[in-house]
Amino acid sequence: MANRRLAPAAEQPAAFAFSSENAEWAKGQIEKYPEGRQASAVIPLLWKAQEQNGGWLPQKAIEAVADELGMPHIRVLEVATFYTMFALEPVGKFWIQLCGTVPCDSCGARELKDYLHHRLGAPGHVSADGNFSWLEVECLGACCNAPMAQINQDYYEDLTPDLLGKLMDDLAAGRPVKVGSQVGRTSSEPLGGADTLTDATLFDGSRVGAWRKRFEEKEAEEGSEQGKAEAASSERRAAAEPKPARPDAGRAVETPATDAPAQRAAAGETPVKPDDKANAADGTGSTAQPAAPTAPAPETIAKAEAAGAEAGTQSDLPRNEPPPQPAASGASPDAAVTKPAGPKAPAKASATKAATPRSSAPKKGN
Amino acid sequence: MLADQDRIFTNLYGLHSPGLDAAKQRGAWDGTKFLLEMGRDWIIDEMKQSGLRGRGGAGFPTGLKWSFMPRKSDGRPHYLVVNADESEPGTCKDREIMRHDPHLLIEGCMLASFAMAAHACYIYIRGEYVAEKHALQRAVDEAYEARLVGKDNVHGYPFDIYVHHGAGAYICGEETALLESLEGKKGMPRLKPPFPANMGLYGCPTTVNNVESIAVAGTILRRGGAWFAGLGGKNNTGTKLFCVSGHVNKPCNVEEELGITFRELVDKHCGGMRGGWDNLLCSIPGGSSVPLVPAEQIIDAKMDFDTLKNLGSGLGTAAVIVLDRSTDIVSAIARIAYFYKHESCGQCTPCREGTGWMWRVMLRMAEGRAQRREIDMLLDVTKQIEGHTICALGDAAAWPIQGLIRHFRPEIEKRIDRYSANPHSDPVPMAAE
Repeated sequence: MANRRLAPAAEQPAAFAFSSENAEWAKGQIEKYPEGRQASAVIPLLWKAQEQNGGWLPQKAIEAVADELGMPHIRVLEVATFYTMFALEPVGKFWIQLCGTVPCDSCGARELKDYLHHRLGAPGHVSADGNFSWLEVECLGACCNAPMAQINQDYYEDLTPDLLGKLMDDLAAGRPVKVGSQVGRTSSEPLGGADTLTDATLFDGSRVGAWRKRFEEKEAEEGSEQGKAEAASSERRAAAEPKPARPDAGRAVETPATDAPAQRAAAGETPVKPDDKANAADGTGSTAQPAAPTAPAPETIAKAEAAGAEAGTQSDLPRNEPPPQPAASGASPDAAVTKPAGPKAPAKASATKAATPRSSAPKKGN
Repeated sequence: MLADQDRIFTNLYGLHSPGLDAAKQRGAWDGTKFLLEMGRDWIIDEMKQSGLRGRGGAGFPTGLKWSFMPRKSDGRPHYLVVNADESEPGTCKDREIMRHDPHLLIEGCMLASFAMAAHACYIYIRGEYVAEKHALQRAVDEAYEARLVGKDNVHGYPFDIYVHHGAGAYICGEETALLESLEGKKGMPRLKPPFPANMGLYGCPTTVNNVESIAVAGTILRRGGAWFAGLGGKNNTGTKLFCVSGHVNKPCNVEEELGITFRELVDKHCGGMRGGWDNLLCSIPGGSSVPLVPAEQIIDAKMDFDTLKNLGSGLGTAAVIVLDRSTDIVSAIARIAYFYKHESCGQCTPCREGTGWMWRVMLRMAEGRAQRREIDMLLDVTKQIEGHTICALGDAAAWPIQGLIRHFRPEIEKRIDRYSANPHSDPVPMAAE
């Protein structure tokens, strides 16, 4: 902890009041916080008081801020002594805060410190001409530009004792000085310019909106993804329960069933599926019955069929009618565009499914 | 090396205007309304998917943090507080964002606030950053004027953003201390729980995020969590601002992919190591709070959270302090010990007393004016401080010293032996002072 006390009574001014301009500013600050939370403005107000009082904070100013915010004096005194940027004793016209933490320390802050010691004496004292006082402070957050110092409100970076000396001379003489790096860097880029961020397209506006492509692509992809999923599921369905026969659409066509019991037997499988057996044994299996006479809607069948074709199960089917719409493989456009079609399709599919086991018989009669 | 097209902070060096028009040219505020319309869950999911880990030092996943906020307000307002109290020694990245790319930050605040149902955001900027405060305030004013933020803005989500100025206290970078400070009190950390997501600023649900974590949000949402997650490595995704300081030829800030090796970072961006690679003594890879890593371990290490954790250190804020063989390492760590002694808020006894004690012992060790058994005593004291304080400042004070003893114990012993080998008039003191 830093040990911080108010300046001795002899140095304290008798009174402090905000200038009318600053009082107005203070009101604006208080408004930033919710009602009843005006205490939040204590730091900004103390800042302003310090600024008005020539860079340091007397006791009267602390009390004035407390009164302004309706806070007990001790609470504001706590704040003023806690935060190290409130100078509790008079400072020089140019208050030099030299960063002495490790990055600066390892880059030459010790020489700067020796220089200031040599030129101004011990820290915390105002020089005879009233121009300077200095203090070693903790990290000021400009480590890539070490070593550095803050003089009043401005950062002066990349210092050496010579540069600091010249800077102080210029300030004392009222000559203009350059804030920031003293060796010609713009900010924290590598000395001599950076190799990065040289791509001109970053700055000419050509990248604006380019990212939207991602959303457009995704939208399209999402559509096709849905289509793919649908195709995959119907493929699976077709593989597991292939359409036994293509719809004859009222024409008398001899179509071999790909998955009739006879075929299964030929393939060396059990001719009757256990499911079918169970269905047959179970009277409730008759749910299929009413569904059976109604032939599945042509487009669904076309879809399933195409899917089946894709799966290779029906590749040897005679193609004596116009090829079905590329519904299964290209289901994406429909599915993506007309969303409501989505839930409908599976319903139909299930109807077809219910019809499948008994496929051949009722169909032929159709 | 990271491609320029994948850099988020395109005006890192301030070579271009930080103003609104130029920022828009660079892609800030581009389609913000569209992103907001994607909805709260989408934003949080996308952030989670990006794998972004908080850039303030702890590396907690940002998307997850956002999801901790109550989904519905119970009548209390929600707040977003941005931690711009950048004071970890070695760290100087947020400063560049605030003065050169402030609109990325303001837009990020808007998006994050929307995702957390907050209508007000405070940016707590450290007291020393006066110029940065003005730059940020200027950008906020521009955003208000263009009705990008405000009660009635073009995005249709009422949102106010305020810049709050601190007054120089390292501890206010701790989230609860920051909230105390924002409420107008001394910056002393609060006990957790309750966590800020339940009881934060003014007792309302609050999320505190680092500047960099917030400022990358807009770009991540635009280009996608998957893009960000595709950079870097698993669990250590994305790009990160590295602040390389110390004994490299050209110290600088640079945005790089997480997982770049130390050697590549220094060679590609910092003009190489001062005096060549053989001159490297050690590096403190994540700001002064993390233990140092000696040359042979760091030199080809990947700069990411997990690799450095496995080396007994941490990525922290990615403030890479490079030290060469000219460094008096014991006194450098003593300087860090002084920093923590100076910045301890004084609330918890182990930290308040311990930081001063450690500093005094470190000072003597830098001279060699100590006894060998004090090294173990010092190590023991660091363990007694670590984990016994409300906030992590106690840990942060202990770790650099632990790192020093772990890797440079012979150096300390050498000094002690050298000192005691010579006649001195004053007796060698003991630790209890």
